[in-house]
Amino acid sequence: MRISIHFREPNHMTSTTLDQKDISDASADALIMVDGVPLKQKLAETTKKQRSRALLLTVPLVLFLVISFVIPIGQMLFRSVHNPAGSNVLPNFAIAIQDWDGKGYPSEAMFELFVKDMQNARKKREIGKTVGNLATRMNYTIPGTRSLFTSTSRKLSKVTEGPYKEALFKIDKKWENKVIWRNLKRVSRDYTIAFYLAALDHKFDDDGDIIAADKLYQIYVSNFFKTLKLSAIITFLCLLIAFPVSYLLSILPLRTSNLLMILVLLPFWTSLLVRTTAWIAILQTQGILNNILVSIGLVSDDGRIQMIYNQTGTIIAMVHILLPFMILPLFSVMKTIPPSYMRAARSMGATPFTAYRRVYFPLTLPGIAAGTLLVFILAIGYYITPALVGGEDGLLISNLIAYHIKSSLNWSLGAALGTILLVTVLVLYWVYNKLVGIDKLSFG
Amino acid sequence: MAASDAFVRFEKVQKSYDGEILVVKDLNLDIAKGEFLTMLGPSGSGKTTCLMMLAGFEPATNGDIYLDGTSINHVPPHKRGIGMVFQNYALFPHMSVAENLAFPLQVRNMGQAEIKEKVQRTLDMVELGAFGDRRPAQLSGGQQQRVAVARALVFEPDLILMDEPLGALDKQLREQMQYEIKHIHEQLGVTVVYVTHDQTEALTMSDRVAVFEDGVIQQLSTPQELYENPKNAFVAQFIGENNRLLGVVEKIKGNNCTVKLDDGTIIKADRVNVSSVGERSSLSLRPERIEIDPPKSMENHLTGVIRELIYLGDHIRVRMDVAGNDEFIVKVRNRADKRDLSEGQKVKIGWKSSDCKALDVR
Repeated sequence: MRISIHFREPNHMTSTTLDQKDISDASADALIMVDGVPLKQKLAETTKKQRSRALLLTVPLVLFLVISFVIPIGQMLFRSVHNPAGSNVLPNFAIAIQDWDGKGYPSEAMFELFVKDMQNARKKREIGKTVGNLATRMNYTIPGTRSLFTSTSRKLSKVTEGPYKEALFKIDKKWENKVIWRNLKRVSRDYTIAFYLAALDHKFDDDGDIIAADKLYQIYVSNFFKTLKLSAIITFLCLLIAFPVSYLLSILPLRTSNLLMILVLLPFWTSLLVRTTAWIAILQTQGILNNILVSIGLVSDDGRIQMIYNQTGTIIAMVHILLPFMILPLFSVMKTIPPSYMRAARSMGATPFTAYRRVYFPLTLPGIAAGTLLVFILAIGYYITPALVGGEDGLLISNLIAYHIKSSLNWSLGAALGTILLVTVLVLYWVYNKLVGIDKLSFG
Repeated sequence: MAASDAFVRFEKVQKSYDGEILVVKDLNLDIAKGEFLTMLGPSGSGKTTCLMMLAGFEPATNGDIYLDGTSINHVPPHKRGIGMVFQNYALFPHMSVAENLAFPLQVRNMGQAEIKEKVQRTLDMVELGAFGDRRPAQLSGGQQQRVAVARALVFEPDLILMDEPLGALDKQLREQMQYEIKHIHEQLGVTVVYVTHDQTEALTMSDRVAVFEDGVIQQLSTPQELYENPKNAFVAQFIGENNRLLGVVEKIKGNNCTVKLDDGTIIKADRVNVSSVGERSSLSLRPERIEIDPPKSMENHLTGVIRELIYLGDHIRVRMDVAGNDEFIVKVRNRADKRDLSEGQKVKIGWKSSDCKALDVR
């Protein structure tokens, strides 16, 4: 990894460099070349070709970033507020229903459009525009309404003439519930914040006001906080372990430290899956660690400790996996701290501890800042490890996102959760920048 | 100097890092209070190791180091009370200049007001009174150097160690700093142990110079003595410019001897460290002690062919071929009455036997 955001000025800024700065500051606006062109303009002309060539070289990367990064993220942001299931399935009804004021029932004309659109959708069976799509979408708003739509759709094929309202009510009594129609009106709009509300454990009530979701469905906010808490714990543990290791690496002779560095990087060369599975073998109740504890009599056979498939498992495995991301920036910063600083401090009368605390430690701060930021942001979005060893308790927000993208297929909710995660990280980054200063980071 | 006078004393000190090679071999050295002693030598000669042992960063493998009469072998660095100036200054980059200077006082739990006063006084002494709030990186090399010196002085140690402190400066600044450090030493009367590989620096600043080579002090004496009377071929080569003529000792008479050069020329010289007739010897001769068209009173007369003339303003460097050595240098002072010289010309040269030292061959 070679992200270089160095903050430290060169140790010895000589008097000449200072002088040069003064000169350029004083005369930059006044200089005219012999042919009458201002210096700055001339300079821009002569370097233009160079710069455009340099820019050209970045085109592949820019294209790659746009295709792999900007477009998908833009799509995700868009999908979290845009869900056209209503207007796709019921194009005419979706427009008409917006004129309804929500009191009483919609007009007979609207019922007719609803029935016609439902029949059309059933006939055409276009992908993404089936009654099933609408049923799923409605099911997010009113759990349990999926079958109402699908069964009604089937029975509606026999309805050929009005009055459509009565026909519907005859098919299923549930259509008499006005709440369904109010929700149907909301669902018919393409743009909605309903998924953000859901991601924040809120929902629209029957009157369209925002209220807290039912206790049973309040899982996301607490999970966000759990994710933040676990990430913070993981980051702290990484720092605690990485600091002495990096220090050791930085003071050892190059040959030894290179060898040890390979050991640090070794996990990178092993499959994530293998590493995580190894932790399962070690930590499970019938695993190595528990067996040892039982055999030396520290715990009884029926008192085996549950160390995996919970938060403990997630923390242990993730600290292991993210440790190199803490060690590398710390090491690269510590490597640049000359041993003479500590010696100077000692020669001036500082005890080893004082010298460490007042001289060495402050100089490692850029590395600590970079390492903690890196590990924290990686941890907050981690997915595989918690999925494998987290059990139910150790699941993080990314596992919920994955669930909605892969299993429940509620992409809009997944996108909303993802967007909130993205915003959270950006906010944290901003706060961090205010506290530490991103220009002070040193990734090595 | 009597042993009891010694402020710093190395007694039979030996040092090895790897258990195979001795970097310092049987070092015995007394340094008087208030003395400016320079350890001079090429890199790898053991001088810096000696300094580090004195500062406490390296333990002596054998022998004792005394400071003010007590052995400090088992005293940790922070309790030795020795000020130190490092090669790259080692100014703490995260502290301002004033904070750097305050550091040694703070760890001594001095009061705020006293710290402030002392820091300001020391900064004024090195003429950086107005720079207290700057960061070291905002200072020029020379200024950083002065801060480093000030920081070593601020807690008023009796002994200050300097490890090639001027190495990173350009020539002009280096010369200026040499005088400044020397003046500070004279003003404060502290004992200074100074390590350098630059012989001019050593000659300019020191009361005494210890020339190190191969872990051994080759010669310990005043700068003048070192230049005028080098004890062996290494010192003669290392200090100042030196012409070298090789030959065999023919005759020894008291402190004088006669050496027959490899081309048969007979030279009269001061006997320094040759012991017997028939021994090979290298004759050491300073370029400025050689005369062109020498007076009769000089004992040695030779002929040389001029190969190259280099005009240096105050003097002219003449490289000539003398007795089979075509790297023979003569410095001719640029006087109004100097003789015109040209390349290829044959000239007579001569020198006094007392200016020519018969030394060992290395």
